[in-house]
Amino acid sequence: MSILSPDVFIKKQIAAVQEYSILSGRAIADIFSRPRYWADIFTQMDSIGVGSLPIIILSGFFTGCVLALQSVTALKEFGAVSMTGSLVALSMVKELGPVLTGLMVSGRNAAGMASELGSMKVTEQIDAMRALGTDPIRKLVTPRLIATVFMLFFLTIIADFSGIVGGTLVAVNMLGLNASSYLHSSYSSLVHGDIVQGLTKPIFSGFIIATVGCFFGMRTTGGTQGVGRATTQAVVVSSVFIIIVDFIVTRLMIGIFGS
Amino acid sequence: MPEELSSPDSSSSTATVDSPASDAPVVQFEDVSIGFGGKPVLQEISFSVERGQTLVLLGPAGCGKSVLLKLANGLLKSDSGTIRVFGEEIDKLRRRELYALRARIGMVFQESALFDSLDVEDNVAYRLHEEQVPEAEAHARVVEALKFVELEAAIDKFPSELSGGMRRRVSIARAIISNPDLILYDSPTGGLDPITSTTIIELVMKQRDVWHTTSLVVTHRLQDAFILAANRFDPATGGMKHLPKDGPDHGIDEGMKFLLLNEGKIVFHGTTEELVRSDDPWVKRYLE
Ligand SMILES: Nc1ncnc2c1ncn2[C@@H]1O[C@H](COP(=O)(O)OP(=O)(O)O)[C@@H](O)[C@H]1O
Ligand SMILES: [Mg+2]
Repeated sequence: MSILSPDVFIKKQIAAVQEYSILSGRAIADIFSRPRYWADIFTQMDSIGVGSLPIIILSGFFTGCVLALQSVTALKEFGAVSMTGSLVALSMVKELGPVLTGLMVSGRNAAGMASELGSMKVTEQIDAMRALGTDPIRKLVTPRLIATVFMLFFLTIIADFSGIVGGTLVAVNMLGLNASSYLHSSYSSLVHGDIVQGLTKPIFSGFIIATVGCFFGMRTTGGTQGVGRATTQAVVVSSVFIIIVDFIVTRLMIGIFGS
Repeated sequence: MPEELSSPDSSSSTATVDSPASDAPVVQFEDVSIGFGGKPVLQEISFSVERGQTLVLLGPAGCGKSVLLKLANGLLKSDSGTIRVFGEEIDKLRRRELYALRARIGMVFQESALFDSLDVEDNVAYRLHEEQVPEAEAHARVVEALKFVELEAAIDKFPSELSGGMRRRVSIARAIISNPDLILYDSPTGGLDPITSTTIIELVMKQRDVWHTTSLVVTHRLQDAFILAANRFDPATGGMKHLPKDGPDHGIDEGMKFLLLNEGKIVFHGTTEELVRSDDPWVKRYLE
């Protein structure tokens, strides 16, 4: 890549943000009007939801395990080992479940979307689609957006659940904590606000994954090399966005629920 | 007579006779310019294509031939100038109107641009499926279109299983399935061997002589252009035949026009006669 002067660089970035906003806006607007591509929505749901299930369960489970191990060591110092269940549950539901799921699905599906749409772009399939009377945003982006937001919501619940199960198994079998009091402490610590916070985040992450993945795919240029570049950019940008937006949502939620 | 010859007008007429100015040019460019990243690609291009005419676009690689076709289909937006297709100013159309206009235009892309994830039948039927044509009718029309390009046997194959020439044929079938009023061929013979190229040009000719569809044919092969100009599709043999030199056409198709582009400008626009007689040094060198 050639070195750009700062003002050209900034202009390019602003143009990209503008393009991204237009794409996202249209993708959302197309949800509310016909035609809708149900077959594509279900295909994407299958690929995003069912396809990501194993990695979400595994990563959620082991995160819960390691969280229990770490918390016990830390809580011992304060003589608060009985709080382990509560700590694991709160961390999983409010923070780790949503963020981890977002990052995992971003690595898997933002990359997948960018490379699929990118190769369609460089082989003129996207132009062909437009020439044949189909709006590629409606046909390609909107189904991915709907499917990602919908599936990420449930994947997050599954990750939270796997994490709590993992934490419980470690706490009970390796650390010798009492199972029923552990679960009681987990359960009673979760309040309405925590759950709302934990389930608001995947809606944003899902939106970021689908729109960023499709955005980089649809603007791919430069042949197969360009497809590789688009894929990398999509994963990097969506992952960073997910973490930034996670912070913002957390701050807002603390404002609303006070915790 | 092959069945696709029986009544060429009856099925396409619904779309043809609607516009009030039916003798207006099908495609009209007026001072059209476009550039990418500050680099001009086409500069003040003006020309028009009459109904039933075949315009062959010639020029060296990278001179903007594909860009010109994409402008004609509204896939790219010009920086200045006006483009009218079927009398409608394409830059002024809204998203939905533009898609409605494109329903009347067939386009064959440079590298075929078939959908990898769909088999030949679904590729060819793509537009019909979008228009929710009933499955039985769609299938019948796919078979008919594939017959036209002589590729019925490949109906269940996926694009990855086809040769370059076969992909190009499928792409033509996909473009003609809705009996478009205008066809844009982007380098239909690009990257093909000479024999396959000739069979593809024969299909372009067949479409021209059977359905009289207005078309823009981009090519970098001069030979393609001269085959198109000097031959006519012969329904009796299913192949092409030379126009007789002593016939009414003097051996060349009068409905054909040529447009030569170089460095974003029109170097020549005229008939085959005028082309071979041209005094322009660049044209002369190009023809050699
Ligand atoms: N979408 C685009 N973005 C940037 N540059 C483009 C784009 N499309 C075409 N170009 C440039 O325009 C010029 C003409 O391209 P093209 O029309 O494909 O040439 P050809 O006559 O070989 O078909 C080339 O220099 C190409 O790099
Ligand atoms: Mg080209």
